[in-house]
Amino acid sequence: MHTIPLAASSAALPCPAWFTARQQAAWTRYLAAPAPKRGDEAWRFSNIKQLDFSSFAKSTEAGPAADLIARSSGLEATAAKLIFVNETLVSAQSSLPAGVICLPLAEALVSHSALVEAHFMKQETRLGSAKYAAWHEASLTNGMFIHVPDDVEVAHPIEIHHWLAGDNTVIFPHTLVVTGSHAKVRVVEMFRSADELQPGLAIAVNDLSAGPGSKLDYVAIQAFNEVSRIIQINETAAARDAATTGFILNTGAAWVRNESLSRLEGAGARSDMLAVSIPARAQEYDQRTFQHHVSAGAFSDLLYKNSLYDYATTIFSGLIFVDEGAHHTDAYQTCRNLLMSDTCEANSMPGLEINADQVKCSHGSTSSQISEEEIFYLRARGIDPIAARQLIARGFSVEVVERLGNPALEALVIRFIDDKFAHIASGGA
Amino acid sequence: MSYQASATLDAETHDAITIDRSKGDFTFPERNKFDAGRGLSAATVDYICDVKNDPPWLREFRHKALQVFLAKPMPTHWASKDLDNINFDEIRYYLSDGEKPKRSWDDVPDDIKRTFDRLGIPQQERAFLAGVEAQYDSEAAYSNVKEELTKQGVIFVNSTEGLHQHEEVFRPWFGKVIPTSDNKFSALNSAVFSGGSFIYIPKGVKLKQPLQAYFRINSENFGQFERTLIIADEGSELMYMEGCTAPKFETTTLHSAVVELVALKGAKIQYVTVQNWSSNVFNLVTKRGLAMEDAEVRWIDCNIGSRLTIKYPGVIMKGRRARGEVISIALANTGQHQDTGAKMIHAADETTSNIVSKSISVGKGRATYRGQVHIPKHLKGCKNNTECDALLINANSRTDTYPAITVKGNRHSTQHEASVSQVSEDMLFYLMQRGLNQGQAMSLAVNGFINDLVREFPMEYSVELKRLIDLEMEGSVG
Repeated sequence: MHTIPLAASSAALPCPAWFTARQQAAWTRYLAAPAPKRGDEAWRFSNIKQLDFSSFAKSTEAGPAADLIARSSGLEATAAKLIFVNETLVSAQSSLPAGVICLPLAEALVSHSALVEAHFMKQETRLGSAKYAAWHEASLTNGMFIHVPDDVEVAHPIEIHHWLAGDNTVIFPHTLVVTGSHAKVRVVEMFRSADELQPGLAIAVNDLSAGPGSKLDYVAIQAFNEVSRIIQINETAAARDAATTGFILNTGAAWVRNESLSRLEGAGARSDMLAVSIPARAQEYDQRTFQHHVSAGAFSDLLYKNSLYDYATTIFSGLIFVDEGAHHTDAYQTCRNLLMSDTCEANSMPGLEINADQVKCSHGSTSSQISEEEIFYLRARGIDPIAARQLIARGFSVEVVERLGNPALEALVIRFIDDKFAHIASGGA
Repeated sequence: MSYQASATLDAETHDAITIDRSKGDFTFPERNKFDAGRGLSAATVDYICDVKNDPPWLREFRHKALQVFLAKPMPTHWASKDLDNINFDEIRYYLSDGEKPKRSWDDVPDDIKRTFDRLGIPQQERAFLAGVEAQYDSEAAYSNVKEELTKQGVIFVNSTEGLHQHEEVFRPWFGKVIPTSDNKFSALNSAVFSGGSFIYIPKGVKLKQPLQAYFRINSENFGQFERTLIIADEGSELMYMEGCTAPKFETTTLHSAVVELVALKGAKIQYVTVQNWSSNVFNLVTKRGLAMEDAEVRWIDCNIGSRLTIKYPGVIMKGRRARGEVISIALANTGQHQDTGAKMIHAADETTSNIVSKSISVGKGRATYRGQVHIPKHLKGCKNNTECDALLINANSRTDTYPAITVKGNRHSTQHEASVSQVSEDMLFYLMQRGLNQGQAMSLAVNGFINDLVREFPMEYSVELKRLIDLEMEGSVG
């Protein structure tokens, strides 16, 4: 491993002109766009009050960097490990194969300006948060740019830590991952708060572009403190024969809005969209997804699982959209809600819009609680009812995690899931 | 790539929808004694009130509704933009020949008898037309309520007669299941309604035969605004059947009905609809039932005709163990958009609801399922099952599904499943091997797809339904 010089991440670096122009245009769009209001279909069931972000401001402080670096534990083996505190890169190590670009965005803008320009926020945000995507584009000062050239495989995951520090701080984490043909890479991002009591806000965007025949896995672990909010916008594009996996774990934050869009652009492309959410107390998770079959002969499969405790609320709104001519599409969508209290609320809106023939599509949504028989079975084997319920809820979530197909990554995700269950067990579940 | 279906009717579409319409393709000379003229204003409402001799409370109700209608925006932010093609100023809101409802079959005018001929009511059935309330341009032209029904205390009259002669039963429930301000079109109906049925079934009375009404639209550009209210008192049972065919017209016709069902404790209501309006009709209907303790409301709904149908039959389960069910078949051919679905509002413990929806899209037709299931907090033991299956026949057919399910609390269970498929090549090959032509094979496959739902319809309807589907499938393949 070698260390990237940190000076490179300074926001004081000169930006290319195209980027400055994009930021200015985005700011104009942000100001012009109306805020979502009640009755907007993209915000149905949402708590619009959560969109008042007026109390948040950017922070120039790097926070307790040394302490946070020490707390940034993740995988044992990584190809690169980068740690950001409030968008400032505070630690970076890497041992990547030759040709792989893995740089803070601020630096990549200077060294690989044309390459970044070719991929930077190319798609319109269509799931409701266009205004906040514009705010993100106008305000970001840093992020990650990862480019894996043709036929290069990165063996271990690239690990990125985002720390939110300070009172009422807003951050704009940006991650852009591009794979060439037959390349392979895994990226893990972790979002955490430095402190349990200070409210923060993250407007995060991740853009994934998978080249022909490549394999791109992306895992986001969101474990902010329970007074913070996050909007996370994902755009995934899969070219011919590419396989992408997008996984989101939500355990933290007071309010979460996830918007995930997968665009299947070539025959044989595959997109797996996975999420595990475990809201408790008054946490509200609002997830919107879009499986866009542009090309014929592509495959997409979505599995979102929510375990709801206490007064938690979840919203799932998914749409499979099959374009005219996208024949021989296989698209599946499943949302399952496990209701763990009398007072939680699960909203599901699984949708389909099919404009092609020879299509196999299905969607399913269920909401239910653990049956008394299952608890009885476990009690008969000497497990107390509370532990029995936790065991079943854990198994419910782990089924999704296993789809990642990488033991080290699965162990990391399950560690965060177990932390949450322990927190629920101790904190009033 | 378009996210919104094209709102205009191109030549090809027009050609496509002018076939297969032999069943309803005829008109009779109009002779309307009362005509409110084109367009909608306070004067139109007053005209209707004067002609129908409405009591003052109803006049006030209609005027308020008109204000609500004018104030509400078109729901085009979620519904089809095709709604914008309705020209409310071109529509005539009230027509009537002014004759008193007929009591015996001999009194029915010949041209209306011919209408029944074309509707295919068999000779022997005509003698048995007990309980048939046939609508001819919104007013009951024929009405012969079998004597036994009257003896049992059943009231089966048109809505005007209902509110004049049975106000004490009619008024407490009128507009209570579907308030005027529920949506723009329920407000329109509340302002200008005429015709429709009023039914009251007394306590404990279980009707063995279904009650029927045939609706017809027979004046060009004339919208029908029926208002139906059915009250089933404690422990009673009833099946009501409503079938529609409409003569073909060249300009757009609007149909906007409001149907309210009230099933009191332990009562059962089944409401069967076969909708086969011609392909220029906008069919914007609000249908909702209220089910009290142990009561059951079932909507059995089949949509084959119309240009745009927007209809989501709903059930509000207000009493413990109430049950709601919607069984829905939609067939969308080129130029048609069937936007149908169901609403299930659980408002008491241990209530159960079931939605089964099957749609078939032929040619450039578009079928949409839109549903809502709501289980609020502090209830327990509520269950919902939703199944939506869509069948696509041609390469440019379209289908959408937009369910919304809200579950609060943990003693409930809901499940939703949907699938989209097409008739497999293997199946067609197999059938054609055995001597069927492609069209027959396709028809057989489609009828098989909806067969388990068609069986839910009364016998004569299921026969008619299969025939209509065969008719619609003609020319869809090859």
